[in-house]
Amino acid sequence: MHDEFLMGNEAIALGALAAGVNVVCGYPGTPSTEVLETVARRRGDRVYVEWSVNEKTAMEIAGGAAYAGARALVTMKQMGLNVASDPLMCLEYIGVKGGLVVLVADDPGPISSQTEQDTRFFAAFSKVPVLDPSSAEEAYRMVQEAFDLSEEYVTPVFLRPTTRVSHGYASLQVKDPGEYTVHEPEGFVKDSARWVIFPRLSFANHRKIEERNVRLQDVFSASPLNRIEPEDDACPCARKGIATGGFSYTYVMEAREQLGRLRTLKVSTPFPFPEKRAVEFLSGLDEVLCVEELDPVIERQLIYVCGKYGLTTRILGKMTGHMPLSGENSRDSVLSAIASFMNVPLPAASEEASDPPPALPVRPPVLCAGCPHRASFYAVKQAMKGRKTIFCGDIGCYTLGNAMPLDMVDTCLCMGAGLGIAQGINHLEKDRSCFAFVGDSTFFASALPGVVNAVYNQAEFTLIVLDNSTTAMTGHQPHPGTGRTMMGDVVEKVSIANVLRGIGVTAVETVDPLNYQAAVEVVRRTADLPGVKAIIFRSPCVALFRSASRVTIDPARCVGCKKCIREIGCPALSIRDGKAVADPAQCNGCTLCAQLCPTGAITGGEPHA
Amino acid sequence: MRKNIILCGVGGQGTVLASRLISAAAMARQIPVMSAETIGMAQRGGSVFSHLRMGENLFSPMIARGEADLILAFEPGEAVRMLPYLKKDGQMIVSSRPVMPVTASLAGNVYRAEDMLDYLRAHVSRLLIVDAEKALREVGSPKVLNLILLGAALKCGALGLEEADLKEAIRRQIPEKFHELNFRALAYE
Repeated sequence: MHDEFLMGNEAIALGALAAGVNVVCGYPGTPSTEVLETVARRRGDRVYVEWSVNEKTAMEIAGGAAYAGARALVTMKQMGLNVASDPLMCLEYIGVKGGLVVLVADDPGPISSQTEQDTRFFAAFSKVPVLDPSSAEEAYRMVQEAFDLSEEYVTPVFLRPTTRVSHGYASLQVKDPGEYTVHEPEGFVKDSARWVIFPRLSFANHRKIEERNVRLQDVFSASPLNRIEPEDDACPCARKGIATGGFSYTYVMEAREQLGRLRTLKVSTPFPFPEKRAVEFLSGLDEVLCVEELDPVIERQLIYVCGKYGLTTRILGKMTGHMPLSGENSRDSVLSAIASFMNVPLPAASEEASDPPPALPVRPPVLCAGCPHRASFYAVKQAMKGRKTIFCGDIGCYTLGNAMPLDMVDTCLCMGAGLGIAQGINHLEKDRSCFAFVGDSTFFASALPGVVNAVYNQAEFTLIVLDNSTTAMTGHQPHPGTGRTMMGDVVEKVSIANVLRGIGVTAVETVDPLNYQAAVEVVRRTADLPGVKAIIFRSPCVALFRSASRVTIDPARCVGCKKCIREIGCPALSIRDGKAVADPAQCNGCTLCAQLCPTGAITGGEPHA
Repeated sequence: MRKNIILCGVGGQGTVLASRLISAAAMARQIPVMSAETIGMAQRGGSVFSHLRMGENLFSPMIARGEADLILAFEPGEAVRMLPYLKKDGQMIVSSRPVMPVTASLAGNVYRAEDMLDYLRAHVSRLLIVDAEKALREVGSPKVLNLILLGAALKCGALGLEEADLKEAIRRQIPEKFHELNFRALAYE
């Protein structure tokens, strides 16, 4: 064993390696991404790792590996689970041979997601057991336990951290590689009565699953995973208790130090719910406050337990208005909720200043200085000026194209949805020029069926592929267009242009968006062609290929017209004393501003230099 | 020893690396450390923070209002935003150089760093303002604000760590070709 300072996601990866994981796959998504990246960095030669094309494919690969007796880990964010839900729902009915752990990171807030969905509910829906860690240290232990549980009970098992667990750091003790379990897969054994899903098999297995999950309630009730932290002898409210789980547990424990120690139930297995442990906790309590994020999962379960066992404890939480229905909890929000539940005054924090602070700057996230997406959006905007248009966006850095002054994202729903939305609007409004913007990674992940559908069903729109040769938003993961794999191999790239032509898109143009005039001309001549046409804007992500060049602005020639600032919204540009200035710490020399400057005041810079 | 430290600024300013260096230095002294920070979309030019806690028997990496012993602010506006987290007699170290959001440049409502600093002067008893423009020029790189602020924190004793601890952390966390520059920034006065 040795000490390391680890991010929760790194701890999960090292825990999986310690458990002898054989196959790891997934699709990037904040806050889950670092798990697989850490596996790739720290794995031994016998571990296979890949970024799969999407979560559904990843789930199937992990399932196949588990059929062959391997220990497999599949990683995704909560909305990735929606994509992977088809194979997962069925996998639960088929079962596994080697341990299969499904790592799904939830995102209360939400901080970087479209929904605040709760994987604990998904666990109950899919009947898959779920472990809910409160810290990096717990996540490290739980991922190892999850493999054991998966094999013992022949089921996939969820490990469900939330953002603060996944991205929190702690110093913790981890095993040395020499201490890792070695798991030797047996290999796939043919048995069609086991591995081929038919209604009769589903019927038989459904009963077994339900019976198993009832057994698991008892197993989990007896497990230290679900524990009762006793009240103090001096506890000011002896007949009140707190039920909590996940990261909120850490807030509750901090509040206990400040306000006095109420009896506390920590639930680490929200499904199957440890009913007997809950009954033990509830006995003798008049009121319980449930402190959890996302859905009221523990709260509903406790209300159910009270009904089932005839208990009169009042269960308070989100459904009674005692806790917020959406968003993250915080140290302060939990402290204040518990103080009010206990009827004690809130300990004084800092004194609130009597005079309000000056208006604080609002800082919405923006495309980086020099980002080629800015140039792509601007070219389309200029080419289509004065026309009736709709710009359907998608998921990635380029969602930020919605910000002023670009204002080039009219819709954004979920991965790959922009193509479908554009087609749907076009069927109703033939006079509107419809565009769908999709990034290269999203293109491979989920846009392909949309393109096939559009070509076959005679849709009319312009597909814009923003190809920056990486999965930028989540931290630059490879994808089929990049030509390298997580195993370190250099492979043949899958050509986006060839894929489009193969499907039947006849007009496919590729242009560098940082060449402003050329980009505008390509859009002008392509957008009015009939049917489905595609423009690939190709230019590498600036965060990956940092240019050392910078633009300089000659104050003598700058007339202060602010065109550069008004038109493109580059964070490196600002106005000082009436003149435009470029911040050398941010500028990447893309030259878009120089190409727009009416007086030629901006010089220098060199894209891709 | 127990210490709660908040680092705040704008995405891209190097708060995360600074937080990592403090953590590594504390770890090397066998002090348990926890931290939490902004990762993901908000990093692209948004307000970012790191909470960092050192000491025994901590449960949460997050810091509550009025609990921070030290706030290292990379930007005056962000310093004001985080002020409610500062302990009554806590230390604040702030860079004087504002980072204007694009929206402010567009709308023409550019805020004045001096207004932010005045507010801090009125409300923080232990305030150290670092003239970032001058410091970066003298050290000779626009990218080392994080090390300059860490150096200032060392010198006023607010970190509970020694310069040697941080230098060792730099050696282990940062590529060698940047060591000299970073040491210079750390030692800047």
